[in-house]
Amino acid sequence: MMAALLQSRYGIVLLIAAGIVLIPLVTPSTFYLRVAILVYIFSIAVVGLNLLMGFAGQVSLGHAGFFGIGAYAVAVGPTHFGIPSWASLLIGVALAGLIAYVVGRPILKLRGHYLAVATLGMGILIAMVFTNEARFTGGPDGMPVPRLVLFDWVVRGVTTWYWVSGVSLVIAAAIAVNLIASPTGRALRAIHDSETASHVLGIDVARYKLVVFVISAVYAAVAGAYLALFDALVTPVTAGFLRSIEFVTMAVLGGLGSILGSVVGAAVLVVLPQMLTVFHDYEHIALGAIMIVFMIFLPAGIVPSLGRLFGRKFS
Amino acid sequence: MSALAVDNIGIGFGGLTALDGVSFRVGNGEIFAVIGPNGAGKTTLFNIVSGLYAPSKGRVQLGVDDVTGLEPHRLAQRGLSRTFQNLQIFFRMTAAENVMVGRHLHESRGILAQLLALPSVWRQNRATRAKADELLAFVGLSAFADRPAGELPYGALKKLEIARALATEPRLLLLDEPAAGCNPVETQEVDAVIQKIAATGVSVVLVEHDMKLVMKISNRIHVLNQGRTLAEGSAAEVRSNPAVIEAYLGRRKGEADAQG
Amino acid sequence: MPEFLQFLFSGLTIGAIYALVALGFTLIYNASDVINFAQGEFVMLGGMVTFFAAAAGVPLPLAALLAIVVAVAVGLLLHRFAIEPARGASAVTLIIITIGASILLRGVAAVVFDKNFHSFPPFAGTTPWNVGGATILPQSVIVLLGAGIIVVAMWALMSMTLIGKAMVATAANKLAAQLTGINTRAIIGLSFAVSAAIGAIGGILVTPITLTSYDVGTLLALKGFAAAMLGGMGHPFGAVVGGLIVGLLESFGAGYISSAYKDAIAFIVILAVLFFMPNGLFGKASAERV
Repeated sequence: MMAALLQSRYGIVLLIAAGIVLIPLVTPSTFYLRVAILVYIFSIAVVGLNLLMGFAGQVSLGHAGFFGIGAYAVAVGPTHFGIPSWASLLIGVALAGLIAYVVGRPILKLRGHYLAVATLGMGILIAMVFTNEARFTGGPDGMPVPRLVLFDWVVRGVTTWYWVSGVSLVIAAAIAVNLIASPTGRALRAIHDSETASHVLGIDVARYKLVVFVISAVYAAVAGAYLALFDALVTPVTAGFLRSIEFVTMAVLGGLGSILGSVVGAAVLVVLPQMLTVFHDYEHIALGAIMIVFMIFLPAGIVPSLGRLFGRKFS
Repeated sequence: MSALAVDNIGIGFGGLTALDGVSFRVGNGEIFAVIGPNGAGKTTLFNIVSGLYAPSKGRVQLGVDDVTGLEPHRLAQRGLSRTFQNLQIFFRMTAAENVMVGRHLHESRGILAQLLALPSVWRQNRATRAKADELLAFVGLSAFADRPAGELPYGALKKLEIARALATEPRLLLLDEPAAGCNPVETQEVDAVIQKIAATGVSVVLVEHDMKLVMKISNRIHVLNQGRTLAEGSAAEVRSNPAVIEAYLGRRKGEADAQG
Repeated sequence: MPEFLQFLFSGLTIGAIYALVALGFTLIYNASDVINFAQGEFVMLGGMVTFFAAAAGVPLPLAALLAIVVAVAVGLLLHRFAIEPARGASAVTLIIITIGASILLRGVAAVVFDKNFHSFPPFAGTTPWNVGGATILPQSVIVLLGAGIIVVAMWALMSMTLIGKAMVATAANKLAAQLTGINTRAIIGLSFAVSAAIGAIGGILVTPITLTSYDVGTLLALKGFAAAMLGGMGHPFGAVVGGLIVGLLESFGAGYISSAYKDAIAFIVILAVLFFMPNGLFGKASAERV
């Protein structure tokens, strides 16, 4: 029964939803719920990145740039322009999508390592703007982020954010699953395997790469805005190169082309450093070693490898 | 009016002339073969006609439209489809999904409806799948429908490419060595499939090394050698053309003729 | 004019270091198709090991030699324990592995050494020379000379020695190289060693000017990577030219346009180059066969 459920179209989404509902029952500890919130927020960004990398096969080493745009939008909008947080969030997400649309056109013509360096450059440029435009962004120290208010409801507190981020993740995953099972999803997967054949079959390859790039940028911007609102603080690290690498590592670690993998990858990279804070000085050593060891021994990612182990195909 | 008119096309790669002054016409429902020794420019010709390369000179016409230099997906919209000599299968997808991709142009593609998985998208997915199953049956691959394409035997992949190309509902189909690497039984099957396709009114242009197959099913044959047209005509005409024989059998006979 | 010369000199100096990083990238990329994001850490090791060895009483030249040896050892370990076991993995996987190595090495450096900035005295005094109203540090000349010598030495190695030719052959076609009896695995290991040595030397030469710390590697790697791309991935000559161009653009950009966006200028130019010349300045366009 369980297997049949997992095989069905929304099986993975239901599994994720079940996990989100169960965790507070198992551990009501605020510390663990905070960690869970971070996992859900990062998962949203990684699910989007996985649509780009895992399904369409296009790498991006600059998605933290879009993440940062969402994050700074909810900081700068209310602080400097008096725009309500919720509207700032929408503006930030739209802006990230717009920038992805404009930059994506030329960038996505590149392939492989060249695409990697171009997206990397794009991400670093966006992060530099946040560092340098100190009048608006507070420079390297960052700036505080006002609370999100929705119709007199102040979104604050761990429990509230737990459900906001959890429900958002479920929606994000459901939309991703919908996309994959649509003509667009088939076109993206086809592009991954053979651009030439896709093109000949009538798929406007450049357009579909752009579509998925914009969608993944929107996912990243939503996640970035959530993180800033939850932390009540945003710094340029939010948009930095290492954050981009973190996203890519989460996607690959969990499994490219696996929505569940995105959540697992995010969970591993968020939870492990929290456990390692005891050895604060060794945190980087551990992170680097984890990245190397996992990539060597589980290059397909955790979820696809487990799926193979149990002879079942997760998607 | 011909389905395809190629007019004096030429292309070079880094000083090397790959094709020069090649012209031909393909009629509606005709099976037209392009043959020639290795390196004659057959695949290059296909790549130009299908829009992957832009020719440095000449014109390609589909029906009444000049389509020279149009991108491949634009040509697909105008009813052209093709298969590949080096297979271009979507290996991470199932056989049925491969064919479903071919239905792309016939699906409505509103992105919002797809993101929300509106009922219309579900209905359409079912219709696309049904059409894919029909085409898989047409080429004899029903048994493989839900298998990952990567697991299919070589001969089946050749037929899968044909089914996928047919899914676009082309008026003109280019087949690049559809029988290469196939055993005699599989070649028989490919032969039958091509004839069935032509019988539905689709024009077929074929590049193939299996001369028995070419001679048997082609209405007309165009012979290329070193990027130029050597001859064109029916199987019988081409078979008895001295220039063709020379190109295929080497210079020895030509020299002997000259001496004799 | 003096201003212009000043920017030119500082651009060439920093460009020479980028060129060395890019050259290191290119060596490893050619031999193994791996983009080594830990390349900047070799530069860091060059500076940091030299400083701490010298601080412990080792004479500077010996300290520098030790730093090169350490970097080479790290390069070989990286190849043996991170790259070799992942043979055949996808490009993204390999990128993550080398970035992981970069983070790991940075973490080790922070623990073994410290998180402060360090420098050691220039090799030829501190009195700047005056050229056309601009000042040149003697160390800048040493950086340029050192980089020049390395480039010439690399060229000689590649074109005159059997080992160098084996490296070129491995880069051109790994399978064919194996068939002619070349131990391509050893050659790839060698390319990591040589590239680590080049990076370390760069770090030793430049530390008196730019200082070093455990985390200087990331930005250096990114810019070196960008330089290698600019030159056309896989071209040693292009890498050197690309490095100098990136250095010059950065220096002139910082001087004439905005010092806050100094680091941005390099990336903007690289994006522009990638859009208009997707194969870099010296790379050849590759036609896809279907």
